[in-house]
Amino acid sequence: MSLNSLWEYANPKKFIQTTDRVLPWVAWSAALTLVVGLVWGFFFTPDDYRQGSTVKIIYLHVPAALMAINAWMMMLVTSLVWIVRRHHVSALAARAAAPVGMIMTVIALLTGAIWGQPMWGTWWAWDPRLTSFLILFLFYLGYIALWEAIENDDTAADLTSILCLVGSVFALLSRYAVNFWNQGLHQGASLSLDKEENVADVFWYPLLVAMAGFVLLFIALVLMRTRTEIRARRMRALLARERMGA
Amino acid sequence: MMPDLGKYADAVLSSYAVSLVLLALIVWLSLRRSKRIKSDLEEVERKVKSNG
Amino acid sequence: MRDIRLAMRAGGGFGLGLSFFLIVVVLVPFGVGPQSALLSKIAPGILWLGALLACLLSLDRIFALDWEDGSLDLLATSPLPMEGIVSVKALAHWLTTGLPLVLVAPVLGVLLNLPEAGFLWLTLSLALGTPALSVIGTFGAALTVGLKRGGLLLSLLVLPLYVPTLIFGAEMARRGAEGFDITTPLLLLAGITCGTIALLPFASAAVLRVNLR
Repeated sequence: MSLNSLWEYANPKKFIQTTDRVLPWVAWSAALTLVVGLVWGFFFTPDDYRQGSTVKIIYLHVPAALMAINAWMMMLVTSLVWIVRRHHVSALAARAAAPVGMIMTVIALLTGAIWGQPMWGTWWAWDPRLTSFLILFLFYLGYIALWEAIENDDTAADLTSILCLVGSVFALLSRYAVNFWNQGLHQGASLSLDKEENVADVFWYPLLVAMAGFVLLFIALVLMRTRTEIRARRMRALLARERMGA
Repeated sequence: MMPDLGKYADAVLSSYAVSLVLLALIVWLSLRRSKRIKSDLEEVERKVKSNG
Repeated sequence: MRDIRLAMRAGGGFGLGLSFFLIVVVLVPFGVGPQSALLSKIAPGILWLGALLACLLSLDRIFALDWEDGSLDLLATSPLPMEGIVSVKALAHWLTTGLPLVLVAPVLGVLLNLPEAGFLWLTLSLALGTPALSVIGTFGAALTVGLKRGGLLLSLLVLPLYVPTLIFGAEMARRGAEGFDITTPLLLLAGITCGTIALLPFASAAVLRVNLR
């Protein structure tokens, strides 16, 4: 696909038409992959010799954490596209992705806490990774609140895009600051994603499927929510025009 | 057929329950809003057409 | 220069931010108990948090008055570039809020049993860090300038942005109080302050232009 044709999807009508065809496929494959990954992970994987059955939590925790960060990345990219090329679909996609990303962050935090209780003996530790996710959650909250607070669509898109850019820089800064503030004491090597080689294949393959399922679910949700936002925007525009005409 | 979760059954089951509920929640909310906005928009479009 | 004076007048509350800082510091011992060992251990953190909250309190007034009486539109059409206006506003906020906080912090340190070694570093860390708080806060104030319920939203937007500054500032004050080497947090804090002063006004100005559109 050439770059030129990619921009065609920035046309709201074209976007709706195309996603009409694509969305069912994405949604059903997301559901299928998610079910396969989670059922595989829950029913057909052995227990880890140190962590017992709690190892099964990674099939939720790691994909959710992955999507929590990727959702923000996607919002950053679409915000940049909005600033540079002023395509409405792009700004609306960022708006659509934020609540999904926030839910992913919450899932990652909650499953992490539930896993931490038996493993580290505490629900919460001010560990760099945990703290960074908490901060990421606050960024999502602020971003969504700003979208909700502003009435004019274009103003809201502009302001939230800039907030997303500035927020990304500060989120990165916070990541390093938090690292400096409390050098990480843990994250067992046996399941850290950074150390893939330590994860045995029996855990790794279902984890891959679960991650693919979360990615597909995210894409499906964002497509659907973007369509909703496009329609909502069109509705506001129509209503405004009618009021002016009356 | 439940796998034997041993002494960590609570932790594993509750994290699956919490996550699935949250995922279902966001899917349900998105679907509901999608349907509502779609029907609202159709109504508005009809009204605009009949007016003008 | 007229802007500085204007902003000083508009920003008003020298007293309010300071009183807030004082009250927070006085309330802490009621909350955690009067043991002086514990207090002197948490003193740097409390002082930093108090200064940060006092700073936050006065942020919504940076642009609010000028917005209401329309002089912000006038300023926007003046020959001064928007980036300049934003920087001057941030400077005015720092002069009216940040600087007084820096000056009274050692006095309040006495109340909290701050170790003697800590006074110099606490003051220095606040002097280095509060300009960043003002500049970041100006960005938040510019984002929420036209909004009716802006105050609460402003806190929600600005507080996460304050995290790195708070971490390095409080860490520097804490290490200073405990007699450790403070070079690393000092350099990082100075880096954040310089970086925000140099770059963030562009973002604030862009945001303000959108809001004045």
